[in-house]
This record gives sequence, structure tokens and C-alpha cells, in this order.
Amino acid sequence: MKPAPFDYRAAHSVAEAIRLLGDGDREIKVLAGGQSLLPVLNMRMGHPDVLVDICRIPELGSIDVDSQEAVHIGAAVRQAQAHADPRLRSGWPVLTEAIGHIGHPQIRNRGTVCGSLAHNDPASELPAVAVALDAELVARSQRGLRRLNAADFFDGPFSTVLEEDELLTEVVFPRQPAWSGSSFQEFSTRVGDFATAGVVVRLERAGDVVSAARLVFFGVGGSPVRVAAAEQALLDAPVTPSSTAAAVSALEEQLDPVGDIHATAAFRKELAAQLAVTGINQAWERCA
Amino acid sequence: MTPEEEGPAPFIGRSIPRVEDDRLLRGQGRFIDDLQIEGMLEVAFLRSPVAHARIHEVDLTAAAGLPGVVAVYNAAALVGRVEPLLNSEELRIPEGIRSTIDPVVRIQPMPLLASGEVNYVGQAIAMVVAESRYLAEDALEVIDVRYDELPAVIDPEAALEEGSPRVLLEAEDNIGIHLEHGTGDVDQALRSAAVIVEDTFASQRYVPSPMECRGIVAHRDPFSGRLTVWSNTQTPHRVRGHIASCLGLPADDVHVVAVDVGGGFGQKGILVVEELLIPLVAQDLGRPVRWTEDRQENLTAGSHAREQIHHITAAADESGRLLAVRDRFVVNLGARNMVGLVVPYNSLCHLIGPYRVPNVQIEATGALTNTMFTSPYRGAGRPEATFAMERIMDRLAAKLEMEPAELRARNVVTPQEMPYQTGLLDRRGLTQQYDSGDYPEMLDRAVKMIDLPRVRTEQQKARVDGRYVGVGFAMYLEATALGPFEGAKVSVLPSGRIRIHTGAPSQGQGHRTTFVQIAADALGVEMGEIELVAGDTATIPFGVGTIASRALVTAENAIHQAAVLVRQRILDSAAELMEVDPADLEIADNQVVVKGSPGSAMSLAELMRAIPMTQGGSGRDGLSEVSYFQPPNYATSSGLHAVVVEVQPATGRVEILDYVVVHEAGRIVNPQIADAQIVGGTAQGIGGALLEHMQYDEAGQPVTSTFMDYRLPTVDTVPDIRLAEVVCPSPTNALGVKGLGEGGAVGPPAALANAVEDALSPFGVVIHSCPLTPDRLWALLRAGRATER
Ligand SMILES: Cc1cc2nc3c(=O)[nH]c(=O)nc-3n(C[C@H](O)[C@H](O)[C@H](O)COP(=O)(O)OP(=O)(O)OC[C@H]3O[C@@H](n4cnc5c(N)ncnc54)[C@H](O)[C@@H]3O)c2cc1C
Repeated sequence: MKPAPFDYRAAHSVAEAIRLLGDGDREIKVLAGGQSLLPVLNMRMGHPDVLVDICRIPELGSIDVDSQEAVHIGAAVRQAQAHADPRLRSGWPVLTEAIGHIGHPQIRNRGTVCGSLAHNDPASELPAVAVALDAELVARSQRGLRRLNAADFFDGPFSTVLEEDELLTEVVFPRQPAWSGSSFQEFSTRVGDFATAGVVVRLERAGDVVSAARLVFFGVGGSPVRVAAAEQALLDAPVTPSSTAAAVSALEEQLDPVGDIHATAAFRKELAAQLAVTGINQAWERCA
Repeated sequence: MTPEEEGPAPFIGRSIPRVEDDRLLRGQGRFIDDLQIEGMLEVAFLRSPVAHARIHEVDLTAAAGLPGVVAVYNAAALVGRVEPLLNSEELRIPEGIRSTIDPVVRIQPMPLLASGEVNYVGQAIAMVVAESRYLAEDALEVIDVRYDELPAVIDPEAALEEGSPRVLLEAEDNIGIHLEHGTGDVDQALRSAAVIVEDTFASQRYVPSPMECRGIVAHRDPFSGRLTVWSNTQTPHRVRGHIASCLGLPADDVHVVAVDVGGGFGQKGILVVEELLIPLVAQDLGRPVRWTEDRQENLTAGSHAREQIHHITAAADESGRLLAVRDRFVVNLGARNMVGLVVPYNSLCHLIGPYRVPNVQIEATGALTNTMFTSPYRGAGRPEATFAMERIMDRLAAKLEMEPAELRARNVVTPQEMPYQTGLLDRRGLTQQYDSGDYPEMLDRAVKMIDLPRVRTEQQKARVDGRYVGVGFAMYLEATALGPFEGAKVSVLPSGRIRIHTGAPSQGQGHRTTFVQIAADALGVEMGEIELVAGDTATIPFGVGTIASRALVTAENAIHQAAVLVRQRILDSAAELMEVDPADLEIADNQVVVKGSPGSAMSLAELMRAIPMTQGGSGRDGLSEVSYFQPPNYATSSGLHAVVVEVQPATGRVEILDYVVVHEAGRIVNPQIADAQIVGGTAQGIGGALLEHMQYDEAGQPVTSTFMDYRLPTVDTVPDIRLAEVVCPSPTNALGVKGLGEGGAVGPPAALANAVEDALSPFGVVIHSCPLTPDRLWALLRAGRATER
């Protein structure tokens, strides 16, 4: 369990990092918190030639709220730092809750928010939160800058639309409107395990009815799974047992999880449905 | 001499804080990975990626040429040099068992490196020795092996079927062990029984998972010519013997030292190929060599345990009194029968546990499969047997519509029946006899502690609210103090301090505290004046080790014996020098004092210095004695786990509401350490009950080869465990002690399965195996819901 030889480069600026990533002849990987990458290297399931460490880049290390009240989380921001941030806790509470479900404190002390998004483990929490909260991801390379919607960013298990030479520099969560509420729900066997199934629900309320709904599942597909039919079923009515039941019944058709040694597909689907019910109710209560 | 005759014993029975913790907590432990020797090389193994194949040409050329690679080995490099591995001590069949039972025991020696055929994923094929582990692993990637895959068999019962593929090409079939043993007439008893229940209960495969993986350092000292081996073994003298015979060296030229060990649990108690190969390399190269097992190796190529399937029948009269038990069980031995009868026979002779069963018939079969071999793990066959017996007891209670605790109360052996003979042969092949115990008292205590009537009332109330609460019990015995012997050497040092040596090292059990308590009492000196060095073969000629809940009973009795002898020598020598009668002397504050006149005293240091100077004395130093203790019988400990759970039917999640362990292990030397052993074992047992499961796919690929997938209990899994103790001193030894290291791990799977089944009884769920994961319980519930009452 020792990695094959690689070159290690610590970048000290974004410009330097993307220059290093632009060397097309060698296999280069961004090294963020290393909590997913290093196990892969230690088990020799990956043999990159160069690791570019981005955690020493000062401009990526902060959490900033801009004039639009959107929050920018830089690529070097550790999950623990984000978890402790009072602005996130009050403005984007589901993000804080979700981070609390990532592994254990030791993992969160090193793992980064952006690294989790770039890695896109199908059972990971943050990609689903990004999709549910309409986050924007900023990618830079020597070729320029791209702003990507979370909805378009994740394209399969352990895969995103990031190109080899692109660095995800930050993720931006827009201000959550008044009269909206969100909920994060996860089932895992032990505290700290990757999710067996989970859901992020975001509702907006107009008067007595749901005016917008997001249901984004994780652990039940290759990437975050948004179930439009379930969202549809909640619109233009208050949240009631029957609207919730209608939303959940749409899951039966729309979710197609795979089974593994820890949970059958049927069990994951059942959990997703149960979590969705709890999540919808909690999000609705929080719509204030 | 019994402790009573020596007057009040000040240290035994007291919760002396562990003397080892200060050092360990400050990071001053010395584990295998902490050893640094100038010029040390590191070893990495190429292990089979397939479950069964013929292998051709293990080509090492490219690997040998890589930078930093010092040596490469394959099976061809060992031909004519070393024999395949045999755990000879474990494989001996006691005469009584041979003559009465005549078991089939087929042994398949383990080649140190696979030759011609591999039989499980993880089997060592080649070995690279390099300047660093990184370079050694680089070299593994360029070793070329051709595998012609062969059919693999993973399921032990499938392996026993006619026409199953052979696990080993040259074997006649896949049977490693077969035996039948019993007492009375089961068929006859079944004919007269009022109730008969039969079912199948299986224990899944576990990995013991010590916190520190296995490791070994070997170095031939050019000055002495001796080979020193630092190993995190539980049995240093056995390792010494094997290395010496394997390398053709006199045993005295092999010095094995067990360093600090981060848990063993049995996995470090058997001999493995790596333990022979590393010394061989050190001899060949004349340089220090280290192998540190990594977690993936430990999970796939460190020995596994537990996997057994029991088809068990129990019969009783209408009042619930057991008439007969019949059990046919299969043990998955893995790719080789490495430890013979040890585990199957331990299951056999612990099956009926605390119960009076007049008619017993047990058939045990050990099946070979293309999986990692299995060996003892904390409990060593007892948890598997207990799971079968305690599950069938609850099935019987259900059929009789009787409170499970009441059914147990009607069947346990009573103190008046002690010593109790079961009619079976024990592991030594002698009449099985329980020395002491009070099982009715344990049941009473447990029922009171969990407040069974209250739990039953709450269970009813909860059901009305759609909550499912259940209670489960599991009782078991633990025959401890395995022989044949353990030794101790007790010496007064020139400083007047005392040093003890024994062959039974600690893997965390706190021997430096408990062993010293016993010596301090016997010598009459303070504990701080005594130090313990355990597991260094240069310091005591013979030893067995710390396995099978034996260390406390065997080593402490040996220490006690040796210390009593040394005390007498101290008094005799001092009497000679002080010209008084030895009977007028006593030891106090590390001095020999004339009773009643504290002014006339001689310190132990003065005594030591005076002995060589004494003209006309006996010339004998002798403030040092070696004594060996041979346990005359097993000291039988016992335990009872009672647990209350709530199960969420929607998710299959089990929550433990209350967990009580009542244990009995004779006279307790150090209650705090004893309690910690029980709690630690229980935590491991809870892990197996709720989470742990080493799994292979159908092709024989391990699919739980990291801690992400092989799920150990964490602090969130294990509740506070409430303990109570019953004390029945063992009549088998002077100290009255019994072992208890394994016990805690024996009860949880049965107790939790019983509790979960009780909670889910409205759904008609029957638990046949663990782990009780949400996924598995949910599937059972879904199947059960169809028949919801
Ligand atoms: C025991 C354990 C438990 C865990 N449990 C969970 C869990 O419950 N939920 C969960 O979501 N995760 C879990 N993780 C993973 C953890 O959250 C990781 O921190 C995260 O997945 C990756 O973040 P990182 O900063 O460590 O990235 P790294 O490991 O450094 O990188 C991961 C991948 O993303 C790429 N990458 C990283 N940052 C960037 C970037 N800015 N731009 C482009 N590419 C980039 C890397 O090249 C690499 O391919 C666990 C990890 C461990 C070891």
C-alpha cells in the first residue's frame, strides 16, 4: 500500500497551478485534501506522473460572501473549515449539515469541499447539495475560465465535465431566497460511512403552496439524481401527506439504484422514499 | 502453599492502574514499525490475484533489475532449502481423542511461496527485498506470472458435495476434518420427546483485525552469529522452534522477542509463512530485514475466522427440560487445514455450554475452500457453537411458549452438581469436567439487572405505538487455562529489584500489571520493585504463549510458584548471613527484617552483594528460580449476555437500549483490567453481530478488502455495557483463577440475534445468521411482512 513514484509540485498561485496542469504530455492530477486520491494511489489503482498540490494557494483558501450575498468557497477550503463557518450555517444550513456527514473529523480536516465535487463519488453528499442549491462551479485552465451549473457538472460515477487541464477554483452557492427551505437526509450503516441513500430537498413557498421544488438523491445512482416527476408532484399545493405520497410514488419509476454488498437496489430505493418523505416535510417547515 | 496461608494478600483483587499505559499513551510503545536498525531492508509480497490457478514461470528478471531491489524470491529459490509450513503443536491429536473418536484429520502443509498452484486470493507467490517498501512494491508490478485459472469453490457445503471442484489439485477431496462424538442415545431421546426443534444457524466469516497488523524484523548479529527475530507474535517460543527447525539452526541460536503488540486476538497466535521467510532472508543477506503487513494484506491474507454452519436439533420434555441435542456442523477451513482440530473441536466441546443435556450427538466436518485459511479468533469456535445452541434454545422457548430465561433456568447445571461431567471428551481427550460455576445465580442477576418484567411490559406498550423492542439472552462457557504448561523465572537483581520472565507476552492485556500483582504478593515486596519481561526467548528456556484465555492462569501460577521459591531462598540466604532462624525473618519494604526488631534488617541489594562474598557459604546465588505450571484441568469460566434492542422495521436498523454482561472467571486479580477485557471482547462480538462480514464473490475474489467495506464496530456501534460478576474460585490452581480473555466476544451474536428476533416476533422473522445489518434485516422483514400476524 505504497504509491508508485510521482512528482510532487506545490503550486503557490492559480496561474502556476494551471500552467502545471497544462503540460499535456504527462498524466497530472490535482491534489487537494488527498482523502480520495491518496487511497487510490496507495492501492496502485492510479499511476499519475505528477501531483499538483493546490492547498497552498492563498487565493483559494477562503470563504467569501459577495455583494449578491452568494458564497464563494475556494478550492483549498477544507470541509472542516466550511463546516465551522457561521455564515454557511445560517445561510446554507443544508450545506453545513451535509458536510457533517462526510466521514469523520480527521477526514474533514483535510478533505476539501471542491475536491469532493471534483471527485463525484456516487455516494457523496456535496454533489447533491450543489445540484439542489443551484451552485455554480468555476473552472480555470490556460485556455480560459468556465462557469458551470451544478446541474451540468456531474456526468457519471467519479466523473465530471472538468477537462484534464482544468482546475476547479471555487464553488458558488447563490443566496437562498426568502420563503425557501431545505433539508438534508441520509441513511448510512455507521456514522461516517458513505451514504446507503440520501436526499437533499429544497422547496420554495408562495403563500400556502409550493412554488418550486428540488429533490436530489445521492447513493442511488451514478451521480446526483434529480427526480423531476417527484418535484412536479409537489408544485402548486401545500405539502400534505397526499402530495408527499404522490411525489414518492414517482420515485419508483425514476430511481434505478444498483445493489452492492451493503445494500440491495430495492433497499436503497425504499430508503430513498422514506428519506424523501422526511426531507419534504422538514424543508416545508423550514420555508419561512 | 495457598495464598490464604500466607496471610492477607494485598495486591490480588485490587484495581491497580495499568503500569503500561503511561508509556503507551506517551507514544513510547515499541511496535514492529518503531524498530530502526541501520541498513534495514523491507519486504513486499506478490500475492495471488486469483482464487485457484496453475501458475507458470514466476519471472523475476525485470523485478531483480530495478533500482533498490536487493533480492527476489519465488518458490524455485526455496527448493531444497525449506519445507512447507506445518503448525505442528496445533496439529497434534490427543491420544484420548485418537483412540475414542478416531477423527479424520488431513493436513495440507503450506508452501512458503506458491509452487505450481495457487489456492486462494492473497497466497504469497513471490517476495521482493528492497531498500524501501516503496521500491519493493514497484518491483511487484513487473513480476510476470502466468495463471491458468481453475474452477474455485467458495461455499463450504458446496465443497463437500460429490463432484465439487478440488480446492487443491492433489487432494482426494475437500475434506480436511471429519469426526463424530457424543454421549447417550439421541435417537431414543428424540422418540420420547414432547417437543423437537431443528434449524440451521450459521456464523459468517470474520477477520480478527488487530489494530496493528502483523510484522516481523529479523537480523543475524555478526558478533554473536545469532539470529534475532522481533515479532508481534502471541507465541514467541513456538516461533523460535519453527524458525530453528526450518532454517536448520539450534534453537539457542534463534532469539525471538515479542515487542509491544497492538492486539492479536488469535491472528498472531499461529505460525504463518511470512514468519519463516523473513528470517530466511535475513540469514541469506546478512542484513536486517522487515516485513510490515498492510491492512489490505491483513484483510485478505491474514487468517480469517468463524465461518461455520450448524444444522442443530434440540428435544425437550413438555416442561422444557432438554433431552437431547444433535448438531451437524461444517467449518470452512479455507485453502488449507492449518490448525487441525483446534477450532472444530473447541466448537464441539463448548456446544451444550452450561446446560444439562443427557444425550448429545455432534458431527463436525472441516471443508476446504479456495479462500484464506481460518484459524482461532477470540472465542475460537465458541461463538459459533454458542450461536447455534442459544438460537435453538430460543426457538425451543418459542415453541414451548416459555420465557427464554425460564427455559434456561430449567436447564442449567447447578453449583451442587460441580464438578460436572458432560459425558464428552475435552480438548485433551480426557473426561470433560466443569470445575466450578454458578449458572443459576448468573441468570438471576441478569434477569434482575435488565428488569425483565419491566422490559416485557414496555415491549407490549411499544408495539401499540408501532415500536419493536426485544430482549435476548446468551449463555456460554469458556474452558480456559489450556496446557500443556507455562513457565516463569523470578530473579532478584543486583539492585535488589525483582525481574520476572515468562513466555506469555501481552498484546495489550496488561500483563505488566496483573502478573506483577501476583509476584508482589508472593514475595512480599511492593509492585514498583518488580518488573516483567514477557516473550523474550533468551530469558526463559521454554514457553507457550498468550492464546486461548490461558495466560493469566498458566503464567500467573508459574510466577506464583517461582516467587514462592525465591522468597524462601531470600529468607534462607539472609538467615545464613544474619545468623538467625529463617522462620524469624520476614520481607518488608524490600528488606529482610528480623520479626519484631526492625533495626535488624538487610536490604535485598545488600543480600545480593553479600552472597558472592560469603566465605564458607553454599556458593549458590540462587535468588532466581524457574518454575513451570501444568494446569491439571481446564478452569471453566462462564458468561451471560442480556440485551434489549429496538428495531426500526422501516429501515432494519438495530439500536441497543441496554447491554448487560454477567461473568464468572474465578478469583479476579485486577477487576478493572478484567472488566476491560470483557468490554473489549463484547465490543468485538457486537461488531460481528451487527456489522462485520468478510465476503468473497463467486469467483473467490474478496470483496471486503478495506475497512470501508469490512465494517468494524465504532464508538457509535458499541453502547455502555453494564457488568456484574459472580465469583467461583477455580479448584484447579492455587490462586483460584480462571481465564477470561475471550469470553466477551462469545455472547453478542447469539444475544443480539435472540433480541432482534424477539423484537420482530410479530413479523415472524427468524434469524439464521449475522451480521444483522439494516439491509439484511429489511429483507427478512419484507419476506416476513407477508405473514404478519
Ligand atoms: C475514511 C474516509 C471516509 C470518507 N467518507 C466520505 C463520505 O462519507 N462522504 C464523502 O463525500 N466523502 C467521503 N470521503 C472522501 C472525502 O470527502 C474526500 O475528502 C473527498 O471525496 C475528496 O476531497 P479531497 O479534497 O480529499 O480531494 P483529493 O482526494 O485530493 O482529490 C480527489 C479527486 O478530485 C480531484 N480534485 C480535487 N480537487 C480538485 C480541483 N480543485 N480541481 C480539479 N480536480 C480536483 C483530484 O485530482 C482527485 O482526482 C471519505 C474519505 C475517507 C478516507
